[in-house]
Order: sequence, then structure tokens, then C-alpha cells
Amino acid sequence: MNPHLVLPLIIPLATAMILFVTGRRGNRAAVIGLIGFAGLFGAGVSLLIRVASSGIMATGPGNWSAPYGITLVADNLSALMVAITGLMGLMVFIYSLYGEMRGNDDGGFYALFHVLLMGVCGAFLAGDIFNLYVWFEVMLIASFVLLARGRSRLEMIASVKYVVMNLVSSGIFLIGIGLLYAKVGSLNMADIAVKLSESEADARLVLSTGMLFLVAFGIKAAVFPLYFWLPSSYHAPPLAVSAIFSALLTKVGVYSLIRTFTLIFNQDQAFSSRLLLVIAGLTMVMGGLGAIAQTDIRRILSFHIISQIGYMIMGLALMTPLGIAGAMLHMVHNIIVKTNLFLISGIIAHHGRGAYRIEQLGGLYRHKPLLALLFLVPAFSLAGFPPLSGFFTKYLLIQAGLETRSWLISGIALAVAMLTLVSMTKIWNHAFWKRAPETFEPMKTPVRLWLPAATLASLSVSIGLAAEPIFEFGRQTAGQLLEPEGYIEAVLGGR
Amino acid sequence: MKKPSLLLEMAARRQTPVLLIVSLWVLFRGHNHPGGGFIGGLLAAGGLGFYSLTYGPKATRRYMRIDPIRLIGIGCLTALGAGLMGWLGGLPFLTGIWTDLPLIGKVGTPLLFDIGVYLTVIGAAVSMLHAFEEA
Amino acid sequence: MEPFWAVIVGVLFAAAVYMLLRRHLAKLAIGLILLSNAANLLILSAPGLVRGRPDFVPEGAQVLGPGHADPLPQALILTAIVIGFGVLAFFLALMRRVFLEVSDLDVEMLKE
Repeated sequence: MNPHLVLPLIIPLATAMILFVTGRRGNRAAVIGLIGFAGLFGAGVSLLIRVASSGIMATGPGNWSAPYGITLVADNLSALMVAITGLMGLMVFIYSLYGEMRGNDDGGFYALFHVLLMGVCGAFLAGDIFNLYVWFEVMLIASFVLLARGRSRLEMIASVKYVVMNLVSSGIFLIGIGLLYAKVGSLNMADIAVKLSESEADARLVLSTGMLFLVAFGIKAAVFPLYFWLPSSYHAPPLAVSAIFSALLTKVGVYSLIRTFTLIFNQDQAFSSRLLLVIAGLTMVMGGLGAIAQTDIRRILSFHIISQIGYMIMGLALMTPLGIAGAMLHMVHNIIVKTNLFLISGIIAHHGRGAYRIEQLGGLYRHKPLLALLFLVPAFSLAGFPPLSGFFTKYLLIQAGLETRSWLISGIALAVAMLTLVSMTKIWNHAFWKRAPETFEPMKTPVRLWLPAATLASLSVSIGLAAEPIFEFGRQTAGQLLEPEGYIEAVLGGR
Repeated sequence: MKKPSLLLEMAARRQTPVLLIVSLWVLFRGHNHPGGGFIGGLLAAGGLGFYSLTYGPKATRRYMRIDPIRLIGIGCLTALGAGLMGWLGGLPFLTGIWTDLPLIGKVGTPLLFDIGVYLTVIGAAVSMLHAFEEA
Repeated sequence: MEPFWAVIVGVLFAAAVYMLLRRHLAKLAIGLILLSNAANLLILSAPGLVRGRPDFVPEGAQVLGPGHADPLPQALILTAIVIGFGVLAFFLALMRRVFLEVSDLDVEMLKE
């Protein structure tokens, strides 16, 4: 039995429940929460190290072996995502210790935050399609409550939209699971893959179920044309909540797409790859154009989540080792950078007395030069400037596109990078270069706010500088994903 | 809150303890017979819900002597502890360990897990009900 | 049995989608309830329906014999029902709060 697979689930659960017992607010709750996230991050990193050194790991809780019991599996992709989840949890948690950023009423915030991350980690580690559904629900319920905690009209309207779209998506996911079970008679993803490859079933019939999964995960991942709920709900809650949502929730959708379309629905690759390419291109363009039209910083960033999801789907659609590696690394880069931008937008709004509309901001370059520098790093990274992480992952994706002669999608990817730059420049011009509004008074930035932002920015720089070993890791991961024999062996071989 | 009707008051005062006892019986006969933590918890929550419809959430919390949300935490931690016990025995997480005790019979970690579920379900159901009543 | 079941599930889905497209939030909630129930029934019928052969292991045997109902989908729906119940209760609570705040449940109010 190895503890590495279970700890990322036990630690947040135990922390949340201890918070339920000992009281959910105040300094003690914050300290317990912080210890919990430090533990989760540690568990994630040790899982990553273990998986990177000794290959794919699987375990069956309750001593039920696959395919009968549920299975927890960690390959490179899962382990990396769990480690990043732990890091984001820790960073956003530190940030949220500043009351304004979590909505000043903190009843239940710390505990829910842990439950949310437990759901996310569970989704990354699930080796069983129904288990994946359950973890999705854990994550969603926590996110519903986090979103609906606020009492303002804006937050309530946003939660209604978010809840309805996600419930529809869960319903579709459930239908997909039912049909898949009807066809295969198994729920273990590795077992399904084996049974499908052995069966004589018509590939199109299997793919019809795959399309249900595409829609269900597509809603969660906010791809074209199912993205509309995202920009109308992510700007409403307190900033720490938006930051963690934008960091992780859509990425769980992307992860599930990558997992199912490389492992289960890989029969008719030509078709799904073409479909995904179209989706990817449109997602990028719509996200990029949407961002240009917005003037609220959080809405600009929300639309950029969508355009960046397009890049990840592009990598998946290409189905080449380079493409998958690019998709995965872009996901990691995007989690870091997008969270960072959200955190910085919170700091900007902090100086702007709670204003997120760019017209009401200004003068920050003059008064806060370090903040300006801090903003430039993730902004340039998002747009893809060397030597930052975004340049490297976009380079991989576009090179993968060129190698498969997908000229159009590569062109779109380049063009959307320009669009990204345009809207980042817009934030820069308004918030930093413009003259400060009359009411502006300089004040200090609390350590709790700049420390996580600075850590993430330096991480983005170091990913860009250490591109070589990270790329090797990405290539290895792509190998695991595109030739799932190792995965199947680890799950069904039984350890 | 306004005074409940006499009938309701008498019924709640008599019925809630009965339901709590029945829920415990259902909890302990679980595993090999129909029953278990989830159903037992719902039964108990039904009794407490009845009580809180009659006397209101505040009185119910007094009656329970514990905050239902705290009960969720205790229940989950109990279940988690039951899972960890198998783990400390060198088996995978959540593996059941059984021992034979004189007089009582077979006792194992799944029973502890069930008790955890029972507490969690009571806590969750009652606090949901209170959220509706107090909103 | 299955064709009949398929029709029921289909009708439920149709009703769910119809209700989801209404303008009133309460009808939307009914649509969501129907959707989750339709999905549950679909899972129940997924492995094929068996009449009068419950999935009890017979006396003396170690495993289920062939031709019995598949227990797994029933376990799945149990989970799905509980989850669906919780989430829908949450949605109703949310709806109530929206109503108290906006005093309107028409989806028009979702425009900002």
C-alpha cells in the first residue's frame, strides 16, 4: 500500500473536518488551514517525485483490486496536477488570509476551500469513471457554496448561472457513464480501454458516447460554444475564490478530456481530432476577442481563461507527442500565470479602493513600480514572451501544429497570442500608465498579498529558464498518455 | 417563535427519542441486514427534524447538545479514522479489520465507519433543515 | 421491457429539456430534477433489465449466478440520487434567496 496516492485526499478532508469541529473562523482556523495546505502541497510534491522516479502508481482503497473496486491512479499527468493543485491551494490560501480577498464574512471559507481542493485532487487521481463523477460533484458542491456565500445581487445571479450550467453538465456526464457502462460493462477506465480495444463494436457507436463526455467536460472546461457561463460568473465572488476557480476548475475539465480522449475514445482519432481542432480554434478566437471587448479586469482575465483553454484543446487535438506535451505544460503554465494575474488584479483593486473597472484605475506605475514589474511578468508570460513559461509552451504547441501541417490552427494560435498582448496592454495602459485618479492615495501592499503573487511570478520565470528538463518530463508524460499500455498495466496488473 | 400546538408538542417530545433509539438499532443491525449508518442517520435526522419543526432550530440545538455542523466534522473524522486503522495495519486505506469480542460478537472498522456516516448524515441533514428554517 | 423503458427515459429527457428552456427559475429547477431522474433511470436500464431475479447471492454459493440483475448500476444510482438530492436542495435554497433579494424569478433578471 502506498500512502502517496491517498494522502492528497485525506489531508484536505481531515483539515476541513477539523475546522468543522474546532470552529470555522478566526486566527486558529486560519493556522489549521495553512498547515493543511502545506501538508497537501508536500503530499503532492512527494507524489510527483515518486511517480517521476518509479513510474505509474495505482492502488485500490479497501483492498478491492481493479477492476472491481475503485482505483486511484497517478501517472505523470495526475501527479503533476496534484502537486500544482497543492501549490495553488497554498498560495491562494495565504492570499485569502487578507480578509477583503475572501469576502469579509469568513464563515466556512477555510473549510470549504479544503473540500474544494479535495474534490480537485480526487478528480485528478480517480481511475474509475464514476469515481471521477463523484469527485466532480464534491468539487462542484464546494464551489457552489463558495460562490453563493456572498449576498450581493451580482453574486447571486452569477451563482444561478454557474449552478444551472454545471448541473446540466453533470446530468450529461451521468448519461454518458450510463451508456458507456451499457456498452462495456465496466467503470474502471483502464478496464474500459481494454474491453473497447478487444470488442468488435462500431467505433462510431463508442464515439457517440464520447461526444456526451465531450459536451459534459466541455461545459466544465468552458470550450466553444459552451463557455458563456464562465465570464458571467467568475468576476462575481471575492477575489481569492475567483482566483482558485480560474486556476483549477476549468483545468479539471481539460484534464478529463485529455484522460478520456487518450485512454477511452481513441478509436476514431481522425474524427475526434478534427472536431477538437475546430473547437480549439474557435475557443481561442472567441476568448481572445471577448477579452478585448471587456473593461473589468476580472472579466478580461476570465475571457483569457477561455482562450488559453483553446490552446490546451489544440494540443490534445493534434494527438502527437509534442502536442500532448505542449497541452499539459500549457495547462501547468496557465494555472500558475492565470492565478498570478488574478492575485495581482486583486492587489490592483486593493490600491484602487475595490475598483476592477480599468477606467477607474491609474497611476500605479508611478506610485507602485514594483507592482508594475510584478504585473508585467505574468502578463508577458500569458502573451508568450521569451524567456517566460508562456513562450515555451506556446512554442511547443505551435511547433506541434506546424509538424502536422495544421497551418490554420497554428496561425490562429499565433494571432490569438497577439490579441492576448493587446488586452494585457490595455490593462497596463489604464491601470499603470494613466494618471492616477484624484482620489488615489498610495498605501502599502500587505505581505500576505504580494508574497504569493511574487512566488508564482518567479515560478513562471523559472519554468521558462528550466525549459529543458520540464520538456523532457512533458515528453515522457505524452508517451504515457498516447501509449496507455503502461497505465492499463499499472491499474489492472495489480501491485 | 410562537407556541406550537399541544398535539404537535406532545408528539414531538415522545416521538423524537423513539426515533433516535430506532435509528441506533437500524445503525447497529446494518452490514449483514438492511440498515446501516446512512439510513439510521436519516431516521435520527427525521426525529430531530420533527423536533425542530415543533420547537425551532435553537431548541433543537439545545436538545442535541452539539452544533450539527460540528457533528458533520466529528462523523467524517470518525469515518476517516476507521479508514486509517486498516492502513496502520499495513493494508490499503479503508480496508476492514475484524475482531471477535466475547459477548458482543464480530466488531470491526466498518462499524466505526458506519457510525461516522451516521453522525455525518444527522449533522448534514439537520443543518440543512436549519438553514432553510432560519434563512 | 427495455423498449418501454427507453420510451420513458426519452420522454423524461424531453420534458427536462422543455422545462430547462422555460423562463421561470422554478420551472428550470423542475427541469433539472427531471434531468437527473432521467439519467438515473437510464443507468438503471443500462445493463439490461431482469425481472424477478434480485442480486442476492444464493445460500451456499460464493458469487452471483448468471442471469441476475446487475447490482452495480443500482449502487451507482443510489450515489447519484444522493448527490442529485443534495445539489437540488442547494439550488432550491439559492432560488429562495434570489427571490428574497430580487423578488422575481424570471430569467430576465439574470441579465446584468
